[in-house]
Amino acid sequence: MSTPPADRSFLRMALGHPAFVLGFLLSALFIALALVSFLWTPFDPTKMDIAGKLKGPSLEHWFGTDHFGRDMFSMIMVGARVSIAVAFVAVGIGMIVGVPLGLYAAARRGSLIDEIIMRGNDLVFAFPSLLLAIMITAVFGPGAVNAIIAIGIFNVPVFARLARGAALSLWTRDFVLAARVAGKSRARISAEHILPNIANLLIVQGTIQFSLAILAEAALAYVGLGAQPPLPSWGRMLADAQTLISLAPHMALFPGFAIIVTVLGLNLMGDGLRDLFDPKLRRGR
Amino acid sequence: MTKNPIAATAVSLLALGLAFGVTPAMAAKMDVTIGMQLEPPNLDPTGGAAAAIDEVVYANVFEGLTRFGSDGAILPALAESWEISDDGLVYTFKLHTGVKFHDGSDFNADDVKFSLDRARAEGSTNAQKALFADIASVDVVDPATVKVTLSKPNGSFLFNMAWGDAVIVAPETAADNAAKPVGTGPFTLTEWVKGDRVELGRYDGYWGTPVKLDKVTFKFISDPTAAFAAMMAGDLDAYPAFPAPENLVQFEADPRFKVITGSSEGETILAMNNKKPPLDNVKVREAIAHAIDRQAIIDGAMFGYGTPIGTHFAPHNPAYVDLTAQSAYDPEKSKALLAEAGVSDLTLSLKLPPPSYARRGGEIIAAQLREVGINTDITNVEWAQWLDDVFKAKNFDLTIVSHTEPMDIGIYARDDYYFQYGDPDFKAIMADLANATDPAKRTELMQAAQKKIADDYVNAYLFQLARAGVISAKLKGIWLNSPTQANDMTGVYWEE
Repeated sequence: MSTPPADRSFLRMALGHPAFVLGFLLSALFIALALVSFLWTPFDPTKMDIAGKLKGPSLEHWFGTDHFGRDMFSMIMVGARVSIAVAFVAVGIGMIVGVPLGLYAAARRGSLIDEIIMRGNDLVFAFPSLLLAIMITAVFGPGAVNAIIAIGIFNVPVFARLARGAALSLWTRDFVLAARVAGKSRARISAEHILPNIANLLIVQGTIQFSLAILAEAALAYVGLGAQPPLPSWGRMLADAQTLISLAPHMALFPGFAIIVTVLGLNLMGDGLRDLFDPKLRRGR
Repeated sequence: MTKNPIAATAVSLLALGLAFGVTPAMAAKMDVTIGMQLEPPNLDPTGGAAAAIDEVVYANVFEGLTRFGSDGAILPALAESWEISDDGLVYTFKLHTGVKFHDGSDFNADDVKFSLDRARAEGSTNAQKALFADIASVDVVDPATVKVTLSKPNGSFLFNMAWGDAVIVAPETAADNAAKPVGTGPFTLTEWVKGDRVELGRYDGYWGTPVKLDKVTFKFISDPTAAFAAMMAGDLDAYPAFPAPENLVQFEADPRFKVITGSSEGETILAMNNKKPPLDNVKVREAIAHAIDRQAIIDGAMFGYGTPIGTHFAPHNPAYVDLTAQSAYDPEKSKALLAEAGVSDLTLSLKLPPPSYARRGGEIIAAQLREVGINTDITNVEWAQWLDDVFKAKNFDLTIVSHTEPMDIGIYARDDYYFQYGDPDFKAIMADLANATDPAKRTELMQAAQKKIADDYVNAYLFQLARAGVISAKLKGIWLNSPTQANDMTGVYWEE
């Protein structure tokens, strides 16, 4: 029985999963917008033109202009860059800190250190995530970097728990026992045998956390604790639009849609990835 | 009838409806609900600096010897008339008789002596003690006459006595005024629901012209969106200082409302820390002043509501000098001045308190400064943080704030004031002004003071805050201008 190489089969299956394809395309659209914004935006997103403020969408200004006459489309593009960068780094922090913690705790299951790590995680988890983020930015001052740290911190226990839970079930498996018998250290087993086997789970969770981080960034910016002006940010664009909503609804609609579409895209992609990685579902197809 | 309670209810409801429907006189509105942005911390104008205190009680609950008219003129209040001695030192006030405090006690010259002595006493908690600084003694001549002797002539003494901080209180109740204000005004406090509203009711024993309203409610709605919704829904009859200028356009288009725009005492400035390098260099400050396009800020942040100013003085004041041309928008000159001062790669902190003139104005100013090569580090701060960090600790380069006290150019003579000017020449002008009583001389000195701070580019003077408010089209008699922080309800009535 000849089987096609695993990666090709994965690609074919992915293309046959409409939710994943849609999610991927939506996410890719905004990532592309963010990347293009480094090279080109229709207008300078910080350039004000007070005389041309609050204009509706037109051929010149695709998404209209805001209350300072700045081009909304350019702001959305640069805002995508800010949102994605903050979310990416924040989830990265969560993974880089959380996964080793979880793996370490699993390797030392039942020990005091395991208890300390996991109860510490519970403590961070117990705080409502946004409240924690507001607390951190209130102490260290608002700004994109502090928003990243704040969102990153509440990503840590998510990944630590996931990694520990998944790793625990692997530690009883035969191939791990074989490695232990062969004399490999716990650290090496964690890195060489456990981590590759939980990578799928981490990628799926990472995608979901990415969308949550974008929402969190928007929420922080909305209350004025995210990226500071003049750097455009979707959340602050919404906050700016709040009192103007009956006068210039486009000011709220476009950043609102940008957030919805990006988060929806990432969630669909995350769901799709979970389906694709799940061996039970794979067999069913 | 008792067998059919539903029918009985219906009949009585019908009767009630008829009673209201057929007698329009009964339906005439006798109450007014006013929207305010901030709630007063207490209701004692002699014991707190918060503008919101005067906005509730000034002229409504408490009265002074003199008072401000809506045009800023000084009118008699509890003092019927006064005589000034030729040397300008002795003011003899003839008081109204038959005036009663809300607790029923009589008002007389002893109360005046008590109030003024209390305000100027050592350890007084009055927020504007300077108003009383020149008083040497207060003497009761007879129950309806009081003589105030000054230590030196003070041309603005009658003006000072019109402030909310100089209202007359009764010795028996003065200590409790914070929660239970007892004054001589036409309204008395009926209820204060903290965090929501203050209700004033008509005081029937009022000595002066009877007021036309039964009840005035001050409702505290700080969120502009909620204020807009409350006005639109008819929950508020007026919002005299509406926080969101962008909504005024919509109110203007609605026949149910009238937008009133007058001038206020709010000089909105980009304050600079005059002691902190490189802002201690007048050239750098001048460069910043020339980098700013005032009209763009008025249009962008205030939706056109505001008057450009070139110095720290209200344009509606007769002594105002228009110095806007001296610091006109000229980015090229600004760049040249920066080069002359040898400053490059300048990054300044810009701390912005919550009002939209500061937050939005700050973004526009940051963009304008960027055009001439000055970068700004914007921090949005809450008021408490602003007071601590900027006002007290002077830990800032630039900030935007509106100085809403009337005739407050004197703050430039203070050494420890947050923008740290305190120039000796300016202090000399202010000292001369305090001693001058001749109106022509006073005008001359006030203009010299305005020119001095404009020449020194102490701060960048942006615009006079407009007092833009919304009132129901049928409500009459509300102040158009705000010569002081007040919502004078004494002349307000509903048009039939």
